[in-house]
Amino acid sequence: MEQKSVPAAAKKPKKERRSEFSGMSKALVRRETISAYLFLLPSLIFFVGFVVIPMIICVVYSFLDYGLAGFEGFAGLNNYIEMFQDKVFIRAFWNTVLIVVVAVPTVTAFSLWVSSAICPMKAVTRSFFRCVFYLPVVTGTVAVTVVWKWMFNPYTGLLNQILGTTGFNWLGNPKTAIWCIIMILFTTSIGQPIVLYVAALGNVDQSLIEAAQVDGATKLQVFWKIKWPQIMPTTLYILVITTINSFQCFALIQLLTSGGPNHATDTIMYYIFDMAYKYQRFGYANAMGVVLALIIAVFSAVQFKVTKTDNG
Amino acid sequence: MNNSLAMKQSKGYRAFAFVILFLLAVFFIFPLYWIITGSFKTAAAINAQQPQWFPLEPTLMNYTKLFSQPAFRWLANTVIMAVGAMVLTCLTAALAGYALAKKRFYGRKILFSLLVCAMALPKQVIVIPLLQEMNFLHLHDTLWAVILPTVGWPFGVFLMKQFSETIPTEMLEAARVDGAGELRTFFSVVFPMIKPGVGALAIFTFVNSWNDYFLQLIMLNSRTQWTISLGIARLQGEMASDFGLIMAGAALAAIPIVAIFIAFQKYFTQGIAMGAVKG
Repeated sequence: MEQKSVPAAAKKPKKERRSEFSGMSKALVRRETISAYLFLLPSLIFFVGFVVIPMIICVVYSFLDYGLAGFEGFAGLNNYIEMFQDKVFIRAFWNTVLIVVVAVPTVTAFSLWVSSAICPMKAVTRSFFRCVFYLPVVTGTVAVTVVWKWMFNPYTGLLNQILGTTGFNWLGNPKTAIWCIIMILFTTSIGQPIVLYVAALGNVDQSLIEAAQVDGATKLQVFWKIKWPQIMPTTLYILVITTINSFQCFALIQLLTSGGPNHATDTIMYYIFDMAYKYQRFGYANAMGVVLALIIAVFSAVQFKVTKTDNG
Repeated sequence: MNNSLAMKQSKGYRAFAFVILFLLAVFFIFPLYWIITGSFKTAAAINAQQPQWFPLEPTLMNYTKLFSQPAFRWLANTVIMAVGAMVLTCLTAALAGYALAKKRFYGRKILFSLLVCAMALPKQVIVIPLLQEMNFLHLHDTLWAVILPTVGWPFGVFLMKQFSETIPTEMLEAARVDGAGELRTFFSVVFPMIKPGVGALAIFTFVNSWNDYFLQLIMLNSRTQWTISLGIARLQGEMASDFGLIMAGAALAAIPIVAIFIAFQKYFTQGIAMGAVKG
């Protein structure tokens, strides 16, 4: 039995290889391989040097006690165990989850609505709106954040002046601070999804829509039965990038609240930064980095699964 | 009857959508407006109890104060960093994307999957280990420490692969028959065809690296090495209540990049859309 299954398994990749290199002599494949890697070399140097190696460092350091004095010994799983007993980390984890769970669906749904509303407009109006919603992304997180910080200021800020709530400290109140951050994150997150959705909606097969309209389909039916399945890959991509971005929410936190008041706005990313930068505990910081990467991978996998089964 | 009713409804809905969109547009433009007008306001106007919608006594005081800091140096650093990252990314990504799209070689599928997986990684997580690597390479606190990781990020290769796939294989074969070498084929046949993609990638990289605050914050320490984003962030930390000065800094950071973006936005929107739609 065993002997039979081995050659069958060995045959399979050979067949696949033959199809990819069909009609090419061995010498040609070799020449192509060499030239391809020469073309890839400059890019691979950067990719391996500044993406792959840091990833490896991250995983390796997560098992070490590495602090101010440098290498202090092997930690085994201690960094990981500490994390689950660290109250600040757990608080940061739930804050991050709250941000993701609120921001991802609203960003996706809202950008889809904006895109379908501006798609039938004239090209000029469409690109005007697209540009406007992209503006906070281009302006830059720092510039956007400092102006919001001023607007949220209890005494000289615009918000209190308009609402007549002078003295109310939006960012100093544990109940409102995180919602202010989610709101700003929202304005800096919808630009790219809108660009992507507008392009995807423009690519939907027009003949299918016309056929459905002839058959008397309503606008909503056309949207859900024809457009929605066709823009599914874009939706998935948007869900994934928005999830990654929301999980990594950092600049807003650092500039607006520094995680305060009393850790009410700590996120995992901000806590990692604090650990590495303030306390110089690189081992622990990297362990949290690994966990964050794993959490994001799980979220992305779930989104992948859900959207795939939705699609039938 | 039914039809005209639907038409009326859809017209009503369209007007409603337009009004909402218009209000949102105001909301989205407003921060930039508030930065620019704020940078010209006097301290009295900024700290007034009533909002001043437009600077009534415009002043350059905030900018004078800003340039008593090494703000020009910060701006120059930012430009050097963004241009360096842009040029290196475009060059390496165009070469690699072409090879991935048009060459058949051993390990292509594995390599491509590896690049896609890396793209799904949280970028900021690897910044802390990068800091240690840069310390080891003695590049910490130099602009290289910000440029090199930006170039390594595989999004550019991915985007360039999408564009290179549109090149007809016959054209490459024709060039080969005419006796053109590999590099010549790339620069005289491939590059002109993927130019729009390279343009999109250039703007994308420029804007992103200009605004990549986290990487800059971790890598650049000394005041003379700061970028403009770091400069404003630190000014905000040091002089938290001088909003006029901070708005001047924010304006200095935002206006060049917004102007560049508006000038090239056509290529930009085409580019990111294409990279994702086809992916």
